[in-house]
Amino acid sequence: MGLEDLFNVVKTRFNGTAEEEQPEQQADSAVKVPDNMLFKCPRCLNVVMTDELEKNLKVCPECGYHSRLTASERINLIIDKESFKEFDTDMLSANPIDFPDYEAKQQKLRDATGLKDAIITGECTIRGEKCVIGVMDSRYMMASMGSVVGEKITRAFEYATDNKLPVIMFTASGGARMQEGIVSLMQMAKTSGAVARHSDAGLLYITVMTDPTTGGVTASFASLGDIIIAEPKVLIGFAGRRVIEGTIKQRLPDDFQSAEFMLEHGFADMIVERKKMRRTIAHILKLHKGGNV
Amino acid sequence: MEKLNKLTPYERLEIVRHKGRPTIRDYIPLIFDEFWEMHGDRLFGDDGAIMGGIASISGIPVTVIAEVKGRNLNENKDSNFAMPHPEGYRKALRLAKQAEKFHRPVICFIDTPGAFCGVEAEKRGQGEAIAKNLMEFMRLKTPVISIVLGEGGSGGALALGVCDELAVLENSIYSVISPRGFASILWKDAGREKEACSIMKVTAEDMVELGVAEKIIEEPLGGAHNDIGQTAENIGEFLYKSLHQKLKIDIDVLLNQRYTKFRKIGEFIE
Repeated sequence: MGLEDLFNVVKTRFNGTAEEEQPEQQADSAVKVPDNMLFKCPRCLNVVMTDELEKNLKVCPECGYHSRLTASERINLIIDKESFKEFDTDMLSANPIDFPDYEAKQQKLRDATGLKDAIITGECTIRGEKCVIGVMDSRYMMASMGSVVGEKITRAFEYATDNKLPVIMFTASGGARMQEGIVSLMQMAKTSGAVARHSDAGLLYITVMTDPTTGGVTASFASLGDIIIAEPKVLIGFAGRRVIEGTIKQRLPDDFQSAEFMLEHGFADMIVERKKMRRTIAHILKLHKGGNV
Repeated sequence: MEKLNKLTPYERLEIVRHKGRPTIRDYIPLIFDEFWEMHGDRLFGDDGAIMGGIASISGIPVTVIAEVKGRNLNENKDSNFAMPHPEGYRKALRLAKQAEKFHRPVICFIDTPGAFCGVEAEKRGQGEAIAKNLMEFMRLKTPVISIVLGEGGSGGALALGVCDELAVLENSIYSVISPRGFASILWKDAGREKEACSIMKVTAEDMVELGVAEKIIEEPLGGAHNDIGQTAENIGEFLYKSLHQKLKIDIDVLLNQRYTKFRKIGEFIE
């Protein structure tokens, strides 16, 4: 049938290892880093020194693949220092369908990552421009969307609507969080509804798609930005790559479901390098100031 | 009220997958006085997996949008086993906007294993098409009523499921992923489908309990295929009541209620 992985926890694209099994390895980077000294780029397979990669904002110096950042790394790169006021700092998942070991698994991830769930939301300024920001972190259950992610995004949009602020969402996700069953699917409708109200209020919403943006997140708030920016070479798509390969019985080209693929087919406005992201967002925010007041 | 359904979730899944399970093609002539099918999304093409058109029920004009399961191989070839492409969802949205313009309520019938997963679907923006439907149906200024006829498979189902009232046929299944996919991903063993089905909370009762659905529509003993006429009558009766109720509500109030219905779903601790 080929639908099995519909809102799959997306597998790392090139090494084919399930993320579910390697949260510890992802503490610093989403890709395999042998003995923490070397980084093997999943795109071009070139090996570079980790400190060289860090100096390059975790962008592969060979091919320009923008590897995964933690939420705090991302926030530090984008916002004005000391400007962050975090929302809903203590919100934790419940276990709506009593999925076995769900609580224990989460506790383990909280200890390993210092995160409470897969997204951080808050209010900040970017080059002085006030905005609401949400940043997903793929180390936490591949940033799948369950009740906490859905609720925090919804509240962030509602806060922005009430306070007439633009929203910037850095998306990264394997899709809906299956461990929460149908409740996770409904978060797609809930977040999209909150985007609709924010949009109806004439406010700006920028999506920045990072590695990987897939499944139920692509099929909800991530695709609803007024402006959709993607980081170079990242994975963006709806269905799991292996599911599609299983359906068509052939290997897909490497750039399938990439940022460049999305741009070519008309589903992204621009591809922006990490080093230019803060500046780009600040300019777009400024250009929309008139429309926001 | 409703009689107690003693079937296990897996037994219901088997009923839903039963070859004789009635499809939208069986129900339309039994529920509606007339139905005029409308084709195409005006952008790319016409998707056979989603059927839409204008119909009338007890004299009330409505827009009908439905996922189409085939009753045989040929019908399934035309409807791609009810797995829509982006143009299907865009056709649905076009017809929904048309309904809004002419103040017609929209009735959606959900019956899909999921949105189609393929190269063309990705090229044409499957994710964007579903996302757009979620957003636009949430603010559609006309009543929307959805019914799960058999399978409600993930985002492909939800794209027709943002509504004022959701009813679920008694033996239907609504889930974030197929039980088979659930087992294969979370336990790396697709063979544990039955077990997955029993813990996923996919039944009509689960939907009401979790606030996803408002109403269970009774099926004849053993399943809808045993008496299609009776099932259609039950659906028609529900629709008649629901339409009359929703049409009386001021549209802004209705939209607030629709938003709140989904806004409330989610369990967390703080």
